[in-house]
Amino acid sequence: MKSAATARMTAPGDVTSFSLGLALPLGLVFAIFFVLPLAQLLYLSLHNDTAATVWGLGQYIKFLTDPFSLAVLGSTLLLGAEVTLACLVLGYPIAWLYQRSGSRLQTLIIMIVLLPLLTSVVVRTFAWIVILGRQGIINSVLQSMGLIGTPLRMIYTQGGLIAALAQVQMPLMVLPLITAIGRIDPNLSDASASLGAGSWRTFFKVMLPLSMPGIIAGCTLTYAAAITAFITQSLVGGGQMLFMPMYLYQQASTLQNWPFAAAISIIFLFAVLAIVALFSMLGRRARGYGDAR
Amino acid sequence: MASVSEAKSLVLDRITHRFSSGTMAVSDINLDVKGGEIIALLGPSGCGKTTLLRIIAGFIGQSEGRVIIGNDVVDALPPNRRAVGIVFQNYALFPHLSISENVGYGLAARGVDKATRSKEAQRLLDMVQLGKFGERLPRQLSGGQQQRVALARALAIRPSILLLDEPFAALDKNLRLDMQIEVKRLQRMAGTTTLIVTHDQEEALSMADRVAVLSHGHLEQFGTPSEIYDQPQTLFVNTFVGTANRLKGTVLATDAGSVKVGLEAGGEIIARAPHPVRASDKVTVCLRPEHLAFVADKSGFAGEIGMALPLGATVVHEIKAKDGSSIKISQARTGGTPLREAGTPVRVAPLAPGLATVFPE
Repeated sequence: MKSAATARMTAPGDVTSFSLGLALPLGLVFAIFFVLPLAQLLYLSLHNDTAATVWGLGQYIKFLTDPFSLAVLGSTLLLGAEVTLACLVLGYPIAWLYQRSGSRLQTLIIMIVLLPLLTSVVVRTFAWIVILGRQGIINSVLQSMGLIGTPLRMIYTQGGLIAALAQVQMPLMVLPLITAIGRIDPNLSDASASLGAGSWRTFFKVMLPLSMPGIIAGCTLTYAAAITAFITQSLVGGGQMLFMPMYLYQQASTLQNWPFAAAISIIFLFAVLAIVALFSMLGRRARGYGDAR
Repeated sequence: MASVSEAKSLVLDRITHRFSSGTMAVSDINLDVKGGEIIALLGPSGCGKTTLLRIIAGFIGQSEGRVIIGNDVVDALPPNRRAVGIVFQNYALFPHLSISENVGYGLAARGVDKATRSKEAQRLLDMVQLGKFGERLPRQLSGGQQQRVALARALAIRPSILLLDEPFAALDKNLRLDMQIEVKRLQRMAGTTTLIVTHDQEEALSMADRVAVLSHGHLEQFGTPSEIYDQPQTLFVNTFVGTANRLKGTVLATDAGSVKVGLEAGGEIIARAPHPVRASDKVTVCLRPEHLAFVADKSGFAGEIGMALPLGATVVHEIKAKDGSSIKISQARTGGTPLREAGTPVRVAPLAPGLATVFPE
């Protein structure tokens, strides 16, 4: 993640045929295991019947005219936005603290930030079920303190899901932010202060615009990860909330409607690509420092 | 200038600072800077000069002592309320803001409206001869231009004190002299009390009205450039500012401020003593290479030429004295100044008595 953020900041040097050759092994793996299946997906999606014999755009028309399907797409994209926002608001101070800390505290922060990555998604997700459940930690603590009478409903809610996803995706936000904030010349905030700006002004006029590359990178990663997080979405979200990955899974696995599932995949893919493209466009603008006033 | 603000004085009153690790950064520094003066804080890296600058700016709260600007003790004020302008070593221009916005930044922080701000920024940019560059971004400017922007930005807030942190270190030598003249011109125009932090003695001596020499967190000497150069108060000042030959000797006789020293290299010398010494004290005698001359008579001390170095406008000869110490002597290179061959026996003596300085061992 770090290298992706850095690579985009440096000028694209001369890519010789030799260095392109270095990318060949991975390129082959991608072609066989990624591009080919994707092509097959596209092929499947362009059939009107479940047996995939009649060519047509029927599956796309079905999705795009069906209010239920569109609602699933909409709520998935919204969920991504909410998780991304939560990660940004909670992650920025952590990244900030990291850059202002001594080396021992830095190690501790990095450990805590990376910890979610070292545990399986399933384990982390079940931990959240334990925390948020009706008889979970939060409810039992609040009840024993007498603050609430009946258990709060947290699991299987949008809020609970956002909390769980935000925790799981946090490293994807914090790491690019740490890199971006670390690149900012510490003299700039001193210069701002000496010119009479208070801390908030310094933050909004100097630090925030200059950490924009990290914010964009972090948001892109977090967003993409959050909307595709099948396991967490299904387990913490439960049956009441349906998001694209689960919808897709139901169509393919339960209903055996492969062409429709394929069409959902393609639509979802393009929706995500559109969002990522939007982010990277914002990123280019931020890097040009054109309008950051 | 539309209006020259009243130049404020700066007093550092017994400033002492210890880092959280316990190491002493600066110790008991007293400086009394008059309004409108240029002061250089001169010392090697690690001498505490940057710490002192950061204390004045308010980035560091000193452990003891007071900073007084004008008539106000400013210790309780955060950096953004001290009205101290700083030009950083790397200029620290805001990379995402245009030159004009950089210069207007301090005014924006003071709530000055946009029209006034850009007018004032333009006036300052004209002053530093960058009037046409307002719309550019910092990275589109050369180092010298960026520095002038940094100076304009600092002056825009009409600072009571202007601090320059190693301002010329990043410039190449030719540009450096131009910028030194330029900064001095602008400082005269603005009349702002200015402190330059530098490790470059030439810079300090040429730019400053007075120079404060620091070493290991202590103030060694505070005086005019000629006092610093001609009447160094400590051995450190004598050897750090300019070059000095160090000779060992013993005091033979003392007489109101001047002493007669018998050199281990042979011969006797009359020297100035900034600190009291008594007869038969072991002392170090400092002699500047340009204060020595080859003599034909029996004065001074004997040695033989070790090496001749023709350095352009001057010629330096290294002389091996009888006790093995190495002494440098430099002469202006007039037409036909001969380079003396190694091994030639010579006698050298100070040009005048009292040019040498003695320091107790």
